[in-house]
Amino acid sequence: MSIEVMLNAAGLAFVTAGSRWSQPDGQVMFLFVLATAAAEVSVGLALLLKLYHQQKSLDADAASQMKG
Amino acid sequence: MHALFDIAAVVAILATVRVITCLNPVHALLYLIVSLLSVALVFFTLGAPFIAALEVIIYAGSIMVLFVFVIMMLNLGAKTMEEERTWLKPKMWIGPGILAAILIAEVAYLLLGSTRAASARAAVGPKQVGMSLYGPYLIGVELASMLLLGALVGAYHVSARKREQPEIRNVTDTNATRTAAGRDLIRTGTGGPSRAA
Repeated sequence: MSIEVMLNAAGLAFVTAGSRWSQPDGQVMFLFVLATAAAEVSVGLALLLKLYHQQKSLDADAASQMKG
Repeated sequence: MHALFDIAAVVAILATVRVITCLNPVHALLYLIVSLLSVALVFFTLGAPFIAALEVIIYAGSIMVLFVFVIMMLNLGAKTMEEERTWLKPKMWIGPGILAAILIAEVAYLLLGSTRAASARAAVGPKQVGMSLYGPYLIGVELASMLLLGALVGAYHVSARKREQPEIRNVTDTNATRTAAGRDLIRTGTGGPSRAA
């Protein structure tokens, strides 16, 4: 969710810069940010479901046995 | 116009701060939706109506639905019904409701007022964006499609059930038959470790 906020901030910066110089490049870059966010969300939520099925918990510290 | 931009920006900042500070994921999700809508309004006031529409449709539409779906799927059962009932108390709707009402008032003002004169800067329309997207940024579009395809395959691979159980059982069955038969089922060639007497 916080990654969503950060990607949204980056997209806002791109669109603002593109609007400042009235170029469509900023909006094109925002489209790419949007695609990246969609891909990241799908993979991240799949990982979250897998972690919950294995650990029965959403605590990230419970997955500390993955190290090594 | 500047007042609209300022109000939308303040609403976005407030909603985002509440997203970070909320301990409850469902409440944070409510505020995140409000934040995305206000950022869409900021995009509109910046002269990017196409991006504003995409923000509402894709972010607040599909990605947030995915979040809600997963969060609601992670805690099934009768025990969590009471929990969800305490989550969605009417008191919790007041904060996002006020912020969303501000946004709706702004949108109503934009719709009732003269929209043409509303855009302070020169608006970059969807036609320009499309011409630039499929012109010099064609490689980027291809890379984005590859990324989405990879995300699709990766998400399916991660969330797929264990499908290799029958295969493992078949392998053990083969081993059991081989040990029961006392010899190799497969005639190995010249290089193989032949156990046949």
